[in-house]
Amino acid sequence: MLLLILMLSVMELQAVVMAAGGGSRMMDLTYSMPKPLLPVGNKPLIWYPLNLLEKIGFEEVIVITTKEVHKQMNIDTKMKLEMVCIQEDADMGTANALRHIQQKIKTDILVVSCDLITDVALHEVVDLFRAHDATLSMLMSKTHEFTETVPGQKGKKKTGEQRDFVGVDSSGKRLLFMANEADLDEELVIKKSIMRKHPRMHIKTGLVDAHLYCLKKSVVDFLADNKSITSIRGELIPYLVRKQFSASTNSQKTKDDSEKNQKKTDLKTPDIHISSKDEDLLDLAREKSCWNDHRGDMSDAYHGGKLRCYVHIMEDGMCYRVNTLAAYIEANRLAPKVFSEEFPIHPTAEISEQSMVGADSIIGAACHVSEKSSIKRSTIGASSCIKEKVKITNSIIMNGVTIEEGCNIQGSVICNQAVISRGADIKYCLVGSGQCIEAEGSCFTMGPLINCNIPFLLSVAGCPGEAGSYQLHKALEAAVN
Amino acid sequence: MAGTEGITQQELNNSTGETRDETDSRKNDYLQSKVEGKALSKEEKLKLRKEKKQQKKNKKDDKGPAKEEKAKKPVPVMDGQQAQQQRVVKRLPEHIQADDPAVLKKVAKKLERQQIPLRSDYGSKVSLFSHLHQYSRKAPLTQQMSIPSTVIHPSIVHLGLQYSQGIIAGSNSRCIALLHAFKQVIRDYATPRNEELSRDLVNKLKPYISFLNQCRPLSASMGNAIKYIKKEISNVSSNIKEEEAKTTLQNCIDKYIEEKIHLAAKAISKSAFEKISDGDVILVYGCSSLVNYILCDAFERGRKFRVIVVDSRPRLEGRETLRRLVKKGLSCTYVLITAVSYMLPEVSKVFLGAHALLANGYVMSRVGASQIALVAKAYNVPVLVCCETYKFCERVQTDSFVSNELDDPDDLIVTRKGKTELQNWQDIPSLRLLNLVYDVTPPDFVDLVITDLGMIPCTSVPVVLRVKNVDQ
Repeated sequence: MLLLILMLSVMELQAVVMAAGGGSRMMDLTYSMPKPLLPVGNKPLIWYPLNLLEKIGFEEVIVITTKEVHKQMNIDTKMKLEMVCIQEDADMGTANALRHIQQKIKTDILVVSCDLITDVALHEVVDLFRAHDATLSMLMSKTHEFTETVPGQKGKKKTGEQRDFVGVDSSGKRLLFMANEADLDEELVIKKSIMRKHPRMHIKTGLVDAHLYCLKKSVVDFLADNKSITSIRGELIPYLVRKQFSASTNSQKTKDDSEKNQKKTDLKTPDIHISSKDEDLLDLAREKSCWNDHRGDMSDAYHGGKLRCYVHIMEDGMCYRVNTLAAYIEANRLAPKVFSEEFPIHPTAEISEQSMVGADSIIGAACHVSEKSSIKRSTIGASSCIKEKVKITNSIIMNGVTIEEGCNIQGSVICNQAVISRGADIKYCLVGSGQCIEAEGSCFTMGPLINCNIPFLLSVAGCPGEAGSYQLHKALEAAVN
Repeated sequence: MAGTEGITQQELNNSTGETRDETDSRKNDYLQSKVEGKALSKEEKLKLRKEKKQQKKNKKDDKGPAKEEKAKKPVPVMDGQQAQQQRVVKRLPEHIQADDPAVLKKVAKKLERQQIPLRSDYGSKVSLFSHLHQYSRKAPLTQQMSIPSTVIHPSIVHLGLQYSQGIIAGSNSRCIALLHAFKQVIRDYATPRNEELSRDLVNKLKPYISFLNQCRPLSASMGNAIKYIKKEISNVSSNIKEEEAKTTLQNCIDKYIEEKIHLAAKAISKSAFEKISDGDVILVYGCSSLVNYILCDAFERGRKFRVIVVDSRPRLEGRETLRRLVKKGLSCTYVLITAVSYMLPEVSKVFLGAHALLANGYVMSRVGASQIALVAKAYNVPVLVCCETYKFCERVQTDSFVSNELDDPDDLIVTRKGKTELQNWQDIPSLRLLNLVYDVTPPDFVDLVITDLGMIPCTSVPVVLRVKNVDQ
């Protein structure tokens, strides 16, 4: 009873999880299973951001996803999940998705991507948002090298991905500059207005954007008016970062000016739900306060700018975005160490005494592991059946997989419902969903085996534009030999 | 809930004062007898010893009832002499009893009931100040709270964060920000069924005030503002509708800020203008919003003077003062407090701001202000303290130890050329870092207090308080 009285009708933050993305950078995995449901440590990928939100105390989350995911999703959580389904083939950008749910948004939002696995103390990000009355507050992390060999890739992965240049001020919290290598020609251009206000800027390139953003409600309203912005990360964030220093946001405003400016669709003074009189009071309090965020010049705190973007850069701790195969494998290796609360071996799994299951392996529910099998550093999904004398090392086996006796699987990913027949020797491969590897077959580091049944050579293999289709051809040749 | 809970900073330390009087008189007798050449007889010595013992016991008994919930227990009468000491013991506020486990337990229970996390102390404290709390800025209270804060109104959480990180600092600024947050709370408030706004809203505010107190101990200005708000809320009649009541309360808040801060500043500025003459050299310390206002106003009205800004570590607030005054066009000199005695021969007046004015005429201000006043007195430079009447406080304090605030000790650590010598200061068992925030200046060092009621001497503060109480 007392608890009810103390609950508020005013919400501070609303959580939005973006789970409609296609996982376009790991089509090998996501062609058959939507990205939010990919198992990581035997939990669906979307469980991790939802767990993060639940742990810090959110009670309601809006999940934007496709109908397919909604049908198959079965997450055990105490929070109230409001599923908003969008068309799968609509290929909505994240900003479009926010625009879609604009009516449901009543206050500031915390946007999380479904593929984020992290143990960050989220109050660091949100405190920046609260204390400095910021328009944007985001999370970034230092990149960790991926140490595992990824099936389907020869040698070390080149940084084929474009680098992000992130500029922060000397305190390391204020975000001054953000640009992607792809948008730049040969030079990095920094406006003089930024340098005048922040003569010391640290530019970092080795950062991973966690896609976790705290945004003010006025930004969502702005998105509703500005239909040209489709992606949060690609367009909205760089726009906001640039807008901090644009001349129009920083001119000394009188009441008339601010009224004039509000007629334009530009994002000006983030005026949330407080009346203009109250905003004056807050400004007065700040004016009388003897605090300044910088020193050395004659400007007021924040240089009088109303739009502020902040970033929290995680030094240590785990932060992965599972959007590539390499990240997926790395996450599978590390996430269970941090997140597994239950036993690594599910109580309903049947493991024979003579088998060896390593301490860092995870066995899912209702699995069968027969004798003389050894499982090391691997994850076995639910309802999988491992027969005798099977050696599994460093691999990820998803749900419903049957592995017949004598197989040797190393460094591979075997997707749902696959069947590996007797004596198969699979090294560093990715076996697609529902596939069958013939008995005594041997596959070796050639790449993903998708949509082909090796003995029958039914090449439905042509998922056009699929990564590694050339390697696929080679693998077929090698397998046939 | 005990009615006397909340922010009553009305503890009178009269108890210790009286026992001191008794011992003083007895000491005088003893000294007198010594002077007269009379040796103390054995009986007299025994008597003295007995009385001393009883007084010690008395003191222990005093502390006992002081810590209990019902604090009005009279002191047990031990002797004929102690009968004079029978008086009512007032409670000490909890924030200066950080070393008393019973009080800590009580506070923890209260916070648990209000669903507010308890902020834990950080670092080893200097033993003289071990009764005060010492928090670290790197461990904010929000670490232990759920993120969309459900128990505390969001604007109060924002405010608490801004207090603990020092973004809103300075007594006027803190008070205005507090009232702004209260306006939001009132705006979002909805009276539950079967409850009255006048009672329920006050109960709603109590956990918020505890929360803010945990983030940073409340200032005297905030305490007085809260008292005013609570009084206004309780005076809301039950006949009027909720919307009307809320608008009335918000207007009350606006009126309070307008009268007590804005108009007061204007009045003080007008009086101060008479005290600033052409060719003056004015010394200011730290960053006081009121003093800055006075100086800028006087400059605008055409007085020609220059300013010496004195600053001190670790806060270095003087830089803000310097920036604001130079932006206006005043010619300023900047020194650290260590150079103050070198600068004082040039100075014609010292203007100090105040955090609070205590009932015995002492001025509570930023640490270092009493030093400035002391040195100024030595050089016969007049010291003028500018303070609005809403900061007058009924507390009595004669030293800076009893009630103070300990800031984050890590602020004292300096990093030069990438090296931080004191980085692991906690590992050195004999090292303590002390970062005091306030100190009290005795009235002998203050020549004039400029308030919105006029220019009064320091000793007239209790008169003002008495008049204020009569009015209310």
